[in-house]
Amino acid sequence: MTATAAKPEQRGALGPVLLLAGLSAGLVVMAVVAASLGQVNIPPAQVVGSILHRIGLDIGPVPEAAQGDNALWLVRFPRVALAIVTGAALGCAGAVMQGVFGNPLAEPGVIGVSSGAAVGAAAVIVFGLTFAGNWTIVLAAFVAGLLTTLLVYVVSRANGRTEVVTLLLTGIAVNAVAGAALGLLMFASGNDGLRAITSWQLGSLAGATWPAVGAVAPCALAGVAAAFLCARRLDVLALGERAARQLGVDVERLRLVCVVVIALLTSAAVAFSGIIAFVGLVVPHLIRMAVGPGHRVLIPAATIGGALILVTADLVARTSIAYQELPLGVLTSLVGGPFFFWLLRRTRTRSGGWG
Amino acid sequence: MITLRRRVRQPGPVTAGDVAVRVAGLRVERGGRPVLDGVDLDVVHGEILALVGPNGAGKSTLLAAVCGDLAPDAGTVALAGKPLGAWTPRELAMRRAMLPQRHTLSFPFTTLDVVRMGRVPWAGTAAEDADDDAVAHAMAATDVTAFAQRPFTALSGGEQARVALARVLAQDAATLLLDEPTAALDIRHQELVFAVAKEQAARGHAVVVVVHDLDLAAAYADRVALLADGRLAACGPSADVLAADLLTEVYQYDIEVIAHPRTGRPLVLPRR
Repeated sequence: MTATAAKPEQRGALGPVLLLAGLSAGLVVMAVVAASLGQVNIPPAQVVGSILHRIGLDIGPVPEAAQGDNALWLVRFPRVALAIVTGAALGCAGAVMQGVFGNPLAEPGVIGVSSGAAVGAAAVIVFGLTFAGNWTIVLAAFVAGLLTTLLVYVVSRANGRTEVVTLLLTGIAVNAVAGAALGLLMFASGNDGLRAITSWQLGSLAGATWPAVGAVAPCALAGVAAAFLCARRLDVLALGERAARQLGVDVERLRLVCVVVIALLTSAAVAFSGIIAFVGLVVPHLIRMAVGPGHRVLIPAATIGGALILVTADLVARTSIAYQELPLGVLTSLVGGPFFFWLLRRTRTRSGGWG
Repeated sequence: MITLRRRVRQPGPVTAGDVAVRVAGLRVERGGRPVLDGVDLDVVHGEILALVGPNGAGKSTLLAAVCGDLAPDAGTVALAGKPLGAWTPRELAMRRAMLPQRHTLSFPFTTLDVVRMGRVPWAGTAAEDADDDAVAHAMAATDVTAFAQRPFTALSGGEQARVALARVLAQDAATLLLDEPTAALDIRHQELVFAVAKEQAARGHAVVVVVHDLDLAAAYADRVALLADGRLAACGPSADVLAADLLTEVYQYDIEVIAHPRTGRPLVLPRR
């Protein structure tokens, strides 16, 4: 080997930095806008002022509207915060899931992990269980989500890879079973349970409170951090399990950690917000198109991007029709469904059939 | 990830002539039928060992067993003086690199990204500083620098094969296991691959290469191991192993070996 081989330039080293900075800035702006709009509009400057005053800085205007400060701190901020946590968890879970399955069509909603977690959460509500206090719902969602993820993983893998068809069919089966279980719970519950579960299936952030945010945020944070630590190994996993193992990656352990991370993130997302599909599918895909598939950028970008998308989607859901609220899950599916359809067709064209 | 980290045993320098791989009494079964039986083989540092034999003779299986991809039903495989099981996956990756026959990639990583994956075992060690150099050298040696930024998935089969080889070289392991590295390549790149293998051997690395082209084996290998029906039919200097009667028997086809009119080295040809 010659000692003077030219080093190939790292492609657009600036690109990922710009993307992450842009997404973060977008998220901050969108969060302020989302907090300012609603039945009573509070100008963004007053929203920022309210936050600054709360943390002890007497800068900027405070909300002028009657009960403006209360509307912000009791209703809108928790809702925006829950949207951020839920969106971040979904975006990150999608990226990790696609990486560990080696399949760009994997997503918690599509393959049924969200509905599995929702069954766990709904059971807790219907039976009025509170054995772990505030965390009961999250815990139940986590256990059910973990079991579902393991089930899907075991069933849809053959000879070290996941076929698209098997994965999607497994998703149909899991969604069917979970749907039936949710139906049973609805049948068994009174009117209150019925309403609660219905709003779950449609997905909504209307139930956002600070305690809810406090319960899911640590789970989401832990999940995102663990996902980021797995990033480089997920890159190598794209070579296939065998090649990854030959490169020294402990594939079994990586898979196990990722399955737990997916369950953690999905249960955090589902616990108080219900089933919000396609965020985990669309966001990582857009990021890959922008900066390539490397997980060290993809995972943080999908996390921030997911938060940005969900804050925006929730804003649209609650402001597009006056005095009415569009179910958030319905909205994301309206946009994500056609995207999924396009992705399916593209994947099929590329691989020349389902093989 | 929470890890109980034992100190990673990094490889020391290797000396030509030392045993890199020792296979003893190896038996591998598939579906109750032995695909390898009673194989004893030493590979030393500084040599190219060509693994040849008819289809289904067990070449790839032997390579997979040496690599650690499949567990032997009997016998042992040792790498760098220790049984494979005594190394962690990462310690193995620091000592041997494997070029598979088929190349798959789930996401459209660029060529450069793929070659960089070869450096993963060295992350967090002193050798990490050499990442860029190792990657650049590996890409230059395999003639893939020109498409560093193109997605691997958009490359032709031959280009992918060379990128995969570059990844293996970047791993900088002292034992290289190459499963049919020339299968998809044109003549120029076939020669290039073996020139790379020769260079690696000259650095004291051990190179085991599965190859179908007996001429390539004759031209480049220091020793040839001939497998037939899961057993080692012969192993030694290429001039001894690549003999007309032995090859005719093993391949069940009339084969003649003649001396090249100019260089005198053996040419292996089917009698037609």
